[in-house]
Amino acid sequence: MKNLVAIMLTVAVAATVTAGTITLKGSDTMVRLGQRWAEEYMKAHKDVSVQVSGGGSGTGIAALLNGGTDICQASRDMKPQEYADAEAKKLKLHRVSMALDGIAVFVNDANQVKELSLEQLRGIYTGSITNWKELGGSSHVIVLYGRENNSGTYGYFKEHVLKNEDFADVTQTLPGTAAVVSAVVNDKFGIGYGGVAWDKGVRALPIRKDDKSAAIEPTVDNIIKGAYPISRELYWFFNGVPSGDMKQFLNWALSDEGQKIAQATDYVPLPKEKAQAGVIQ
Amino acid sequence: MNGYSFKKKFRFREFLGEKFIAANAMVALVAIALIFLFIFKEAIPILTNPDVQKEAGISRMVFKQQFYEGREAKWSWQPNSDVPKYSLIPLFIGTIKAALIAMLFAIPLGVGAAIYSSEFAPPRLREVIKPVIELLAGIPSVVLGFFALIVLASWLQNTLGLTYRLNALNAGIALGITVVPVIFTVAEDAMTAVPRSLRDAATALGANKWQVSFTMVLPAALPGIAAGFVLGFGRAIGETMIVLMASGNAAIVSASLTDSIRTFSATIAAEMAEVVFGSPHYNVLFFIGTLLFAITFLTNLGGDFILTRLRERIQGRTR
Repeated sequence: MKNLVAIMLTVAVAATVTAGTITLKGSDTMVRLGQRWAEEYMKAHKDVSVQVSGGGSGTGIAALLNGGTDICQASRDMKPQEYADAEAKKLKLHRVSMALDGIAVFVNDANQVKELSLEQLRGIYTGSITNWKELGGSSHVIVLYGRENNSGTYGYFKEHVLKNEDFADVTQTLPGTAAVVSAVVNDKFGIGYGGVAWDKGVRALPIRKDDKSAAIEPTVDNIIKGAYPISRELYWFFNGVPSGDMKQFLNWALSDEGQKIAQATDYVPLPKEKAQAGVIQ
Repeated sequence: MNGYSFKKKFRFREFLGEKFIAANAMVALVAIALIFLFIFKEAIPILTNPDVQKEAGISRMVFKQQFYEGREAKWSWQPNSDVPKYSLIPLFIGTIKAALIAMLFAIPLGVGAAIYSSEFAPPRLREVIKPVIELLAGIPSVVLGFFALIVLASWLQNTLGLTYRLNALNAGIALGITVVPVIFTVAEDAMTAVPRSLRDAATALGANKWQVSFTMVLPAALPGIAAGFVLGFGRAIGETMIVLMASGNAAIVSASLTDSIRTFSATIAAEMAEVVFGSPHYNVLFFIGTLLFAITFLTNLGGDFILTRLRERIQGRTR
């Protein structure tokens, strides 16, 4: 009897282990998108289990390089050093664009400032502009909120808005865009940045590319058109070209159905041709 | 006269049992030693590898550095940058600030509650107070951190008109809540352990209740209370989740208690997951871990040592 139970248990465990499990790890910006995709996909494919977790783009990339995840979600491209590490480990990276995202700049509803230029934004976050009155608001210190340095959003903002300058030392770091939004909601003089998908409850400022352009709002249309100055692609990285369960999941996420789910979750879907280009035949 | 031998008879099962129990006890010691060795091993390149030292040597971590031409030298913690910056001073100041605020908050509350509970409270009330305060120790630190982030920070900002919502005061008070039960338990035990004879002698000489408590019992229990302080401080230094959520995590050097801070523990928690294995950043994080381990280990050792001495003295054993 004891032997029979042992055999049954082993078979049950083996059955659950061999059922397809796909792990997604990485960007906190993309974690909600990954979870929605996972839920919808698992509803239709009962034999596949998809596990999604966040931790930041940097965490996801490190996990992919160390073999700790199947798919890495990243809100930024890999750095040259990371590509070099992959080469050294003999990994063939495969990158697919999954959706678009804009980085919105959040201020409290009570803030009088109506729009910012990229130049001003850079000044604010590198610490050369320290008071709201320099921007037309009331006289008070600007309280800076940002992300931890393992975040893809941090990396993208630093590279494209700050032009690789350091953030001001007084920038407070929070774990995730939702935390940044929550901080700005509670702070009349705060400013924060984060993925456009999370902008419930705060005002996302229109941004001017330079003093000659008009200020563009971070809406879905503006991001698809490429008009909003701070927009980026969201990626999935694989170790090698995916096949089997992973390939099916990828193709499904890039299909009309998958991209519609992205839009419903407040992310920006890819233009059709770009989505098609990522599908693996 | 009689040939009795009082040598213990060797019984194999007892021998085995003793060795097994001894092995279990050794496991804890060995685990501590191995953990320390592993953490220190990953930090060693800072002391030995010249490439690592160029970026993150001890002097670079301690002294002001001129990171860019034409700009003034300063302390800065920005590991992910074209020019990585690893000054530990802002982190050290942040850690000490948070721990100090926690102690300033927790000592009056903890010692006051202990004095009340052991000297003035009716026995029935004491039976309620002690478990309730010790319940505070059971609150998960992430819950306290969340409370500080959402509720306490807003309340403090509105009441005191603070510039920064997430700051050292906010995190320090929440830390203090975790330290209060540590100080209370140790102080209360120390005071109830003071022999009755001491109190009776004071009362016999005409002292009233207050005089007995503050002139006889408190001084006698002082070593125990001091041990409580040391243990509480160790707890405050090592606590991670509360400071990660409620302190703002900005690495600045400032004397103000209402500025944002970044502590050692929060730095490790926030950055360890992403860091590239074997990089100087990785080494520095393990170096910080070694520092934290050493500080908390020494403070706990010191606290336990004082308590043991106190116990021996009260039980009459001289040293």
